[in-house]
Amino acid sequence: MPDSSRPGQGRKIFLDCEINGRALTLEAYPMARLLDVLREQAGLTGTKEGCGEGECGACAVEFNGLLVNSCLVPALQAASAKIRTIEGIAGGNPLQHGHPLGERLDAVQQAFLAHGGAQCGICTPGMILAAVNLLARNPHPSESEIREGLAGNLCRCTGYTKIFESVLAACRTTEFPSEPQR
Amino acid sequence: MRSYVPAYEMETPRDLSDALERLAQEPGVWKPFAGGTDLMVLLEAGKLPHRRFLNVSEFSELRGIEIMPEYVTLGALTTYTEIRRSEVLAREFPLLCRAAAETGSVATQNRGTLGGNIANASPAADSPPALLVYDAELELVSVSGARWVAYQGFWTGYKQIGLRADELIRAIRLPRGMRSWSHYYRKVGTRRAQAISKVCFAAAARMDAGRVADVRVALGSVAPMVLRAVETEKILRDRKLTRENLRAAQDVLAREIAPIDDMRSTARYRGRIAQNLLAEFCATLPA
Amino acid sequence: MPDPRLIGTSVPRKEGREKVTGRATYVDDLSFPDMLYGVTVRSPAPRGRIVKIGFEPGIPWEEFTIVTAEDIPGTNTIALLIEDQPCLAAEFVNHPEEAVVLLAHPDKYLVEEARRAVRIDIERLPAIFTIEDSVTRKEIIWGEDNIFKSFLVEKGDVEPVWASAAFIVEGEYETGAQEQLYIEPQGMIAKANPTQGVTVWGSLQCPYYVHKALVRLFGLPKDRIRVVQTETGGGFGGKEEYPSMLAGHAALLAWKSGQPVKMIYDRAEDMVATTKRHPSRTRHRTAVARDGKFLAMDIDFTIDGGAYETLSPVVLSRGTIHAAGPYNCPNVRVRSRAVATNMPPHGAFRGFGAPQSVFALERHLDRVAQVVGISPEELRRRNFIQKGQTLAVHQVIRETVDMGHLLDRALERSDYHAKRKRFEEENPSNAIKRGIGFAAFLHGAGFTGSGEEYLASEAALEVTAEGRVRVFAGSTEMGQGTNTVFAQIAAEALGLEIERIEIMQPDTAMVPNSGPTVASRTTMIVGKLVESAARSVRKSLFDAGFLRPGYNDGDFANACQQYIAKFGPLQSLIKYEHPTDLHWDDATYRGDAYGAYAWAIYVAEVSVDTRTAEVRVEDFVAVQEVGKVINPVLAAGQIEGGVAQGIGFALYENVVWQEGRMSNGQMTNYIMPTAMDVPPIRVFFEEIPYARGPAGAKGIGELPLDGTAPAIANAIANATGADIARIPVTPEVLLEMLESVHA
Repeated sequence: MPDSSRPGQGRKIFLDCEINGRALTLEAYPMARLLDVLREQAGLTGTKEGCGEGECGACAVEFNGLLVNSCLVPALQAASAKIRTIEGIAGGNPLQHGHPLGERLDAVQQAFLAHGGAQCGICTPGMILAAVNLLARNPHPSESEIREGLAGNLCRCTGYTKIFESVLAACRTTEFPSEPQR
Repeated sequence: MRSYVPAYEMETPRDLSDALERLAQEPGVWKPFAGGTDLMVLLEAGKLPHRRFLNVSEFSELRGIEIMPEYVTLGALTTYTEIRRSEVLAREFPLLCRAAAETGSVATQNRGTLGGNIANASPAADSPPALLVYDAELELVSVSGARWVAYQGFWTGYKQIGLRADELIRAIRLPRGMRSWSHYYRKVGTRRAQAISKVCFAAAARMDAGRVADVRVALGSVAPMVLRAVETEKILRDRKLTRENLRAAQDVLAREIAPIDDMRSTARYRGRIAQNLLAEFCATLPA
Repeated sequence: MPDPRLIGTSVPRKEGREKVTGRATYVDDLSFPDMLYGVTVRSPAPRGRIVKIGFEPGIPWEEFTIVTAEDIPGTNTIALLIEDQPCLAAEFVNHPEEAVVLLAHPDKYLVEEARRAVRIDIERLPAIFTIEDSVTRKEIIWGEDNIFKSFLVEKGDVEPVWASAAFIVEGEYETGAQEQLYIEPQGMIAKANPTQGVTVWGSLQCPYYVHKALVRLFGLPKDRIRVVQTETGGGFGGKEEYPSMLAGHAALLAWKSGQPVKMIYDRAEDMVATTKRHPSRTRHRTAVARDGKFLAMDIDFTIDGGAYETLSPVVLSRGTIHAAGPYNCPNVRVRSRAVATNMPPHGAFRGFGAPQSVFALERHLDRVAQVVGISPEELRRRNFIQKGQTLAVHQVIRETVDMGHLLDRALERSDYHAKRKRFEEENPSNAIKRGIGFAAFLHGAGFTGSGEEYLASEAALEVTAEGRVRVFAGSTEMGQGTNTVFAQIAAEALGLEIERIEIMQPDTAMVPNSGPTVASRTTMIVGKLVESAARSVRKSLFDAGFLRPGYNDGDFANACQQYIAKFGPLQSLIKYEHPTDLHWDDATYRGDAYGAYAWAIYVAEVSVDTRTAEVRVEDFVAVQEVGKVINPVLAAGQIEGGVAQGIGFALYENVVWQEGRMSNGQMTNYIMPTAMDVPPIRVFFEEIPYARGPAGAKGIGELPLDGTAPAIANAIANATGADIARIPVTPEVLLEMLESVHA
């Protein structure tokens, strides 16, 4: 398989996509993971790798309005996609790091802060994406619907209890999470 | 990420015919890539030997759920989420909706496709038992044309199906008419969500005054292929549901399946649970 | 003393905003110019001699940095309690996945390809993989007898008791390995060269453990090694000692290449190569009087330490001390040992030996109750320890403890009696059997015995001229809330708003050694140092006349400015002082094992589907007395998360071993609970302030791991009659038991 001194090398592609409302052109190998493209090419490190096998949900992003595990999406299929990451949940300029402290937070983010939904924080971006996505589809979920909606996001710290409480609290606020981008 | 990603290629053909052309020109060189929920896991583990993929996820010919007088037809790219949201499937083919709901998680369901699942041919997949109960048929297309095949018998071995190297699955159709049957689905996995099944049991029966007029039973994870338990069905069919018949059916079932020990479960457990689920299914049937 | 403003309040997590916006910086979020990616090539065999290391063609090896044991500048060891574990295997390997070769390259994909192209040929030696094979010395693989450490704890004399006891109950119990499964895998970035020394950034719990290990590995003076903790995505003990190994590896590659090196494990590698909870085997023999009073407990406790000693003696210690539980028993003997097998070394995991021995005890006592003919709760009530009585290690209980009351509360909250009765009536006609069970336990906070004295922890506090407060501690935040709790303690002690407090990043160049972030000690021991430092600074300001009672934040800032202008920096460094009335004898293993205990009763309600032998935990009640709860939301979060891990320990988390190697090292095959698998977890705190804790707090981090699994096991036994004796209770195992109960 490797010829001469280096394994066979394919070409990188350019893909145009929209991330957090901004049009971007990114260069990547066609089967690079969207997770790596987001973290490295787009510099958006808020999306995390927890397992690299689509089990933990730490890499979850919104992809054409649908919740997906970005570790399972090849770069080529992200062409023309509308993507929202944790950096795009909330007010403020989503492609900048170093937001001012006074930025607006999404109702789900605020609820996680108030109710202990985040402990170590590594599952939190994916969990918040999943919760935001759930509430966009189902604004008043029952606890069992919340459990099902978040079943693809593993958390080792919280035992999920305060995550459920956070999501239920977010439902009760008047400020609603934004619509998923289609 | 364990694979050497630069060595992998993926291209998007212009359209479906272009894709079929390329599959025909270089058979075995290009493989179709749909939602990626199976293939990307292999890639990340360093276990994806195949290197060149055709992105078929955009083709509208492979999308959509069509309701026709005799069939409900699903495009191969129908996702589990779309299956779950389909009213006609919920009404007439509930086992498929149950299977979709038990597959992975919301994120997996949004990307995973029925055609991809069938092509991946895992004996532990959640939808195939439902498809077998519903006598699903597959439409396979290539440059030579299209052919319909029964899904039952389409498996040729462990993780192998009768799909030619130049063929793509275009659609799956389910003959209508089972709406009034009693449907039963149970997946026994390692946990409540995101679980690979240890035993997957799908069944349906039409009762007539206490007799099992017709019955279909299909299982996953208990053999190298998902199977219709046709011998078990024979024991139950045209008979009253008695303890003796059930016992006899359970014995036949034990011989029809071939469960193994693996890191998730044991042959003994799988075999016993398959029998228990058969009993549970029968217990749900109206007397 | 005014009512506390912040203590007892659920102040939001200090670094919460960063976490919910995705801005928190974990090690893999960091990058340096000219950075290389490092990977580890590992032993394919469980034991043997390294015959050859081959580098196959097809890789541009000249572009790679390659490190083996020969490249180690100092001593080839990961220094911990002893130095038996090499950093890189030199001549022999002693467990599967032992690190042999390190590679680094700028292309993170190519480095994986290269990893596949290194062949390690091993001339195999006989290997052992079970406690049984180790204690029977089927093969001697460590030292002279495979024993890392052993203990003998004796109170009274058990031998004479057997002859006259009304009841004697025996049992053998086993617990399996458990993977910590922090969602952020292990990772490190290192910069190293002979002139500037070594700096590492990474996901870790104990910066000074890593520091000590690197000093030894590189043979450099202490001030040339710097360790910085990045935001850490879960630890649970799994990042207590292992990060020293990974830091060593990254630093060696950086040293040799002259460039920064990043090493991030993927999940599969993390699972198979790093530490897990020690598997255990416990044998109980208990003599009971006719009235249910304990006469003697004879306990034999063995843990599997894997191939090298690492922390096994300490895990054994805690497991041994907790083995006889919160009971008053006149005669106790605990014989325990940690033994070697050819598995990757087992290590710290929340609970640290106690979950293992407590599982055995609490499961055993339900069986004892059955033999004696009284209820499980009555058996406990008649034997709960009271103030003034002694534990098995001869520690006199000096704090107020009322386990009977905790039991009442737990049983009431869980509706235990009514449910037990109802289940008994309904189960015979139901395919789904229900049951309810409980466990009674305690957990000592802090290091055992003279451990805290030996650690000699320090913490410091400094104020700036603007009146901002900086806390310097080597304690690490990893989700448990350390940053927030320290800030609350400091703000309370100083009478300031919490926004004024800054918790400094644990960086060995800047923070003192506060001891490791383990053993449920951080709030209780280090938090106390922080409180004392804050009080000291406040006193200095008052004594200097710059602060008057009734001051606000602005007054405080002015006072700081004035003080610093006149006297220079205002800081306080507090060293741990061991209470003079705590005495521990390491030789006899007797005395005051822990400064304080948390006390608990956990109740689990389960349903068992007899058709599939699947167990579901339907409801869970956790009642504990923990001293003052500083932050209720954070504290409850600790209990809830710990219970979920305990549910995994009891039911789902099964490590499948094949010749000493974990064969189910993927998240799809190693099963932890999802959001659909956890029951409602209802947490209740009782608070009897502990005089030596900050604001009266004791430790709670590990407590929930002790009682969850036995409560569940007892509930399963109640539901089905199955005599559960080992965990995890997988459906495969339970099915066999159900069929034999039925028969």
